[in-house]
Amino acid sequence: MTTTPSSTDSQSAGNDYGTHPGARANGIFKGLSTGAGVLILVTLAAVATFLLVEAWPAFVSSSEDLGQEVSFIKPEDGQSLMETIGFLVYGTVLMSVIALVIATPISIGIALFISHYAPRRLAQTLGYLIDLLAAVPSVVYGLWGVAVLVPFLNPFYQFLADYLGFIPLFAAPESGEIFTGRVAMSAGIVLAIMILPIITAITREVFLQTPVLHEEAALAMGATRWEMIRMAVFPFARSGMVGATMLGLGRALGETMAVLMIISPGLTLSPYILQPNQHNTVAGYIALQFPEANAMGVSSLVAMGLALFVITLLVNMLARWVVSRRSEYSGAN
Amino acid sequence: MSKRIDINNLNVYYSQFLAVEDVSLSIEPKAVTAFIGPSGCGKSTFLRTLNRMHEVIPGGRVEGEVLIDGVDLYGKDVDPVTVRRHVGMVFQRPNPFPTMSIAENVLAGYRLNNKRVSNSDAEDLVESSLRGANLWDEVKDRLNKPGSSLSGGQQQRLCIARAIAIKPDVLLMDEPCSALDPISTLAIEDLITDLKDQYTIVIVTHNMQQAARVSDTTAFFNIAGTGKPGKLIEMNDTTTMFSTPSEKATEDYISGRFG
Repeated sequence: MTTTPSSTDSQSAGNDYGTHPGARANGIFKGLSTGAGVLILVTLAAVATFLLVEAWPAFVSSSEDLGQEVSFIKPEDGQSLMETIGFLVYGTVLMSVIALVIATPISIGIALFISHYAPRRLAQTLGYLIDLLAAVPSVVYGLWGVAVLVPFLNPFYQFLADYLGFIPLFAAPESGEIFTGRVAMSAGIVLAIMILPIITAITREVFLQTPVLHEEAALAMGATRWEMIRMAVFPFARSGMVGATMLGLGRALGETMAVLMIISPGLTLSPYILQPNQHNTVAGYIALQFPEANAMGVSSLVAMGLALFVITLLVNMLARWVVSRRSEYSGAN
Repeated sequence: MSKRIDINNLNVYYSQFLAVEDVSLSIEPKAVTAFIGPSGCGKSTFLRTLNRMHEVIPGGRVEGEVLIDGVDLYGKDVDPVTVRRHVGMVFQRPNPFPTMSIAENVLAGYRLNNKRVSNSDAEDLVESSLRGANLWDEVKDRLNKPGSSLSGGQQQRLCIARAIAIKPDVLLMDEPCSALDPISTLAIEDLITDLKDQYTIVIVTHNMQQAARVSDTTAFFNIAGTGKPGKLIEMNDTTTMFSTPSEKATEDYISGRFG
């Protein structure tokens, strides 16, 4: 329809079905939320572009050139850029896996206790304390790890090495080296404590959202509480548990400070998690080398960052796939 | 398979709040007993004391006796989990486990008692339970599809199949048709009539016509006002209850002159 500029108020109001007062606010809000959505895409694209552009010089230059230009790249010692990235990715994944193996069952146990076992008041207090754990800065965890945890754990490591040393994982340091405790295992344990709150908080929320209907269905057919949890709570919470674990893994993969402070770094592909000078993480290595790196050095470090970015992306895609695989059966429908 | 229930002087509480006061009644085996009454009169709460589901709610407790063939459900040596394996329940809203297939839903309760079930036994049980719930012909070609893929009425019959798969002594139904359309409701009512040959059935319903159609005995619960406990007003043969009730309140309620 057309309205002429000369039309008076009463004429334009002659159509009762025109604009309404909320239309403008609605339009503004739509713009804002669309903008926020687009911003995510732009940021992600910007980060990816930055990583690719900055890392490019390091990728294209020959191994020898890079070795001469960058102090920490030593192709002759088996530490070319690609080899270093391999060691670091391995170390990162190793420590994160240790952290996950320790943190996931404990977190799920705590979350279940809070959501389904504890009396209400105790559950609230405990939930609050767990949230507080998440508020501790990682540098504090690092200090605590070095000053308290490592000396405390060292005797256990010796015990492990004495009795389970035949498993490569727990092999003792070679003769002459001493147990320092500043090893991948310690870093993994501290990482586990750091990712515990996030996994606990998310799984607790998901457990609490289990429909009472399904819980009662299980109880009414004579399920014990544990059987009810297996029949009704876990299936409902499956995707949430995977998501929580992956978020924890994300944090563990990117953690810098605590690992840097605890571990005696090294570059190997060894499985010996009780031996010092074996492993390092991508983030820790970048933080260590960055202050004294020249232009090509920075480029090499960004290449390592790119590797970390890629594995984090892969982890998330894997998580999505795991979650979607059984979406037909998920509690959501 | 079917047992009689005698309730003596039962008081039902939520913490300190008395929800249902001093109920004594008897439920006959191989018959359908209906509980009717206005919302909030405690009929569902009372039903849930018959399989000890009431105490699942924090603060839920009872005083008095519930005897199933003479055994007090609230006796000292009685485990509520075991009670619920003998007294099955169907809820107001259909609640099949969404992550389980139709067949697994039927087997869910059975597996709690029998960790190892051979494939042929499982298939037989699934078929007999689904036939018992008048659902077999509709789902026999898609037993491995999720239970949540069925319609509401089919889901409710799946829940009944799940309940009868463990061969309970008593089957409790808490407004089993209130979330269903009339055709599904009819299907469930027919099923209830079939099932009473084998089970003691107790059904809570808002729908008086339903009580009149399916039940042999009807108990009327009422509440004096908000915050007051619900009480059993009258219990009798369904035909008597709906033709010549002895209490004025019952007559008012069933003739729609209530409140």
